[in-house]
Amino acid sequence: MSEVSTITLSKKDFISDQDVRWCPGCGDYAILSQVQKLFPKLGIPKEKFLVVSGIGCSSRFPYYLDTFGFHSIHGRAPALATGAKIANPDLSVWIVTGDGDSMSIGGNHFIHVLRRNFDLNILLFNNQVYGLTKGQYSPTSEIGRISNSTPFGSVDYPFNPPLLALGAGGTFVARSIDREQKHLQGILYEAYKHKGTSLVEIYQNCWVFNDGAFASLTDREMKMETQLVLENGKPMIFGRNQDKGLTLKGSKLEVISLTKKNSINEVMIHDEQNKIQGLLLSELTYDKNFPTPIGVIYREEKPTYETMLHNQLSQALKTRGKGDLDKLFNDSHTWKV
Amino acid sequence: MANKSKSKKNVDRVVIRFTGDSGDGMQLTGSRFTEATAIMGNDLATYPDYPAEIRAPAGSLAGVSSFQIQFSSDNIGTPGDKLDVLVAMNPAALKTNLADLKSSGIIIANKANYTDKNLRLSGWELNPLEDDFLRDYRVIALDMTRLVSNAVEDMDLSLKLISRSTNMFALGLVSWMYDRALDSTINFIKDKFAKRPELVEANIRALKAGYNYGDTIEEIQHVVTVSKAKFEPGVYRNIVGNQAMCFGLITAAEKAGLDIYFSGYPITPASDILHILSGYKNFRIKTFQAEDEIAAIMSVIGAVFCGDLGITATSGPGMALKGESLGLAVATELPLVVLNIQRAGPSTGMPTKTEQADLLQALFGRNGESPVVVLAANSPADCFSTAFEACRIALEHMIPVVVLSDAFLAHGSEPWLIPQTKSLPKIRTHLVKNPNGFNSFKREEKTLARQWGIPGTKGLEHRVGGLEKDIETGDVSYDPINHEKMMNLRQQKVDIIANEIPLVDPFGDKSGKVLVVGWGSSFGAIREAVNRSRKENHNVGHVHLRHLNPFPLNLGETLLKYQNILVPEMNSGQLLLLLRGKFLIDASGLNKVQGKPLGVDEVYDKIIELAGG
Repeated sequence: MSEVSTITLSKKDFISDQDVRWCPGCGDYAILSQVQKLFPKLGIPKEKFLVVSGIGCSSRFPYYLDTFGFHSIHGRAPALATGAKIANPDLSVWIVTGDGDSMSIGGNHFIHVLRRNFDLNILLFNNQVYGLTKGQYSPTSEIGRISNSTPFGSVDYPFNPPLLALGAGGTFVARSIDREQKHLQGILYEAYKHKGTSLVEIYQNCWVFNDGAFASLTDREMKMETQLVLENGKPMIFGRNQDKGLTLKGSKLEVISLTKKNSINEVMIHDEQNKIQGLLLSELTYDKNFPTPIGVIYREEKPTYETMLHNQLSQALKTRGKGDLDKLFNDSHTWKV
Repeated sequence: MANKSKSKKNVDRVVIRFTGDSGDGMQLTGSRFTEATAIMGNDLATYPDYPAEIRAPAGSLAGVSSFQIQFSSDNIGTPGDKLDVLVAMNPAALKTNLADLKSSGIIIANKANYTDKNLRLSGWELNPLEDDFLRDYRVIALDMTRLVSNAVEDMDLSLKLISRSTNMFALGLVSWMYDRALDSTINFIKDKFAKRPELVEANIRALKAGYNYGDTIEEIQHVVTVSKAKFEPGVYRNIVGNQAMCFGLITAAEKAGLDIYFSGYPITPASDILHILSGYKNFRIKTFQAEDEIAAIMSVIGAVFCGDLGITATSGPGMALKGESLGLAVATELPLVVLNIQRAGPSTGMPTKTEQADLLQALFGRNGESPVVVLAANSPADCFSTAFEACRIALEHMIPVVVLSDAFLAHGSEPWLIPQTKSLPKIRTHLVKNPNGFNSFKREEKTLARQWGIPGTKGLEHRVGGLEKDIETGDVSYDPINHEKMMNLRQQKVDIIANEIPLVDPFGDKSGKVLVVGWGSSFGAIREAVNRSRKENHNVGHVHLRHLNPFPLNLGETLLKYQNILVPEMNSGQLLLLLRGKFLIDASGLNKVQGKPLGVDEVYDKIIELAGG
């Protein structure tokens, strides 16, 4: 990391004294470890981190980080984080949420926090299942999912989180995978760097209720064919031998073989700031004929809500002077008795 | 101004209601008359009432908007039961308001609006101004539209503009009848229409035309005057309930040395609080219009966790949505203030009408047992003190406080003795600066308030949440005995507050036949009814509760000093249920759920019934 830090912190400074109570083998452990590794590198004093969560397995996260933390109620973490960020814009605010928490019960807050563009980070642990309530299908489960609440298969179409985030006006949309530790570390850092609301969707394996949901993306053999690792300014290529690429035909993406001479020139170059491209890449989420994009899908610089609000506060102070109670009380017709 | 050729007659009190179509400008008319009355030094109370629809069909019964004022040389607490004057700008307004006019009261009508179409729309078969239907009243029916038109004939104004100025004509006429000066309204008009001189001119001419017309009316023999009321010495202004509430919050923040964080979602009749506070950014008030009621209170919780004085305001339906979040504030023991400006329910109910039916919701409307402090304001000006007290309790006790106001208080107004800001007490907080020995669950002995360690302060890193916590460490705990201890602790934190709130001291008789116990906006009606019955030598006391949870320590013993307990409420008996349940006493209710405030007469009648006639 490039930032010069005058504060020396290490991973162990961010490990709390609480026993971690996720199921052994849960993907959440890997994510926790990456976050504990990232925080000391950011040059931010420990007391300036605030980690906020809702309800669900992922939402136990704040208890395990030795920072300020708030384990709130189901779906509402973005709203709580909003108040915290407005109250104290200096804080580095991290929201930890799951697919049920953010896409279902907290859907409204999720879209509005993205739209408003607070400078905070959302880590969406997507395991495509309700874990803490023991295995119901979730709003990101595929149609047809057999679960305890859908014994005949789900007839519920899933949400596509990156597409939803882009539709909501999100200014940073990225995806990574619990098992891809190095990649995850890099994306978390990019999310931190972005001045605005950053959404990182993290595919996370729940081996108890939905084991192997992302096996094709994490299996050492298969992943070369199934992952499209996005890098800004680089061509979108994948495959065991880096022999396939994505190209734009009309308004649709297409997979082409790179075995022919010069075919590399037809491959689309990833441009993080191109929203249309971001939308097309997001559309690949559930498409079995395409690889699944991971990396930064979209990035846009835009003033943050809290900056604009605090500018108004300073402006008011400048033009009207510091609020004075006596003046306030007497700002209408008064009479003396 | 015109020379007054008529004699003057002094009276103690007058009740006037301005009514018309929602587009007729009755709220403006009423508030201008109120300002002029405040300047005259009368005591006053106002009550605006308007439809939920922004523009209901013109001329319809549903579209009637009204503004009532009572002014007096006595101290009064209500806008009055029965009207001396009803200004009815159209037949729909006459239809919906006539029942409240005293017999031989005055009706002032704009004849121009009593057209066949408007009469039909409002269900009059015959024009009441033209037959003897109104024979019991004194009717002043004028073609105000033509009279205004004459006054501005050299100005080349459209008929629409002319009829829009008829409210100023009516205001001018009523101002003449009750000897109110026009200056404050003239200044207001000049200010409001500063960019459109033709409107300034037209409105002022209409106002003066109405004023001057007074001399020519045969139905009126006297100009009626009302002497100045006796007030405690000091500087006064007129204030609306929601505004007083905001001033109380701002003052509390200053006295606690904190910034205000306010978040709300638009809802009638609480939205004004968001509007007002968002205008005071130079007081470092951060306002946030949230995406829904839940986000509003959750964002407040986030801001409070970070050290702001956090406030949200809503009305009943929004309060229902905030329930789970308020429970989180109870569990995390964070100081926040929730204002519920009650309206008539259930569900959407009657959004612009008043009621006080959310008391039990405030006390019990959450899962588990999650006690909060509950306060109620009793008059528009009292919203100031109640808001201040709510912030004080929240911050000094690290506990959520619910404040109950209602549509009647929120939009009503009365004179307010402007407090000396220096004499108001400072508010303590439990903010922790020094990390040594910090434990978020370490408690102050007197209040059981926990420590408030906010993000950004080195060494105070800790986690809070909605899971049950260990009573010593604040860590998550599922221990059964610990849970019971925590349940008791949360209740004790509320109960302990009773030690510092004023004891009940009944107004009037300290023991005897009847004690009237009230809360909230019924204060004025009850106090006047008690005064009236005591003047007739009945043995009556009055207790009006600001603190509804916890109750004052001596409330139970006070109730035992009277033979009859009367509890008037704009609900079906909520305080009544609490008093009976808590103190095992017999008590009777006077219950009214019509979306309208309690009247003095109805409380008086019930007192007399219990006092034995």
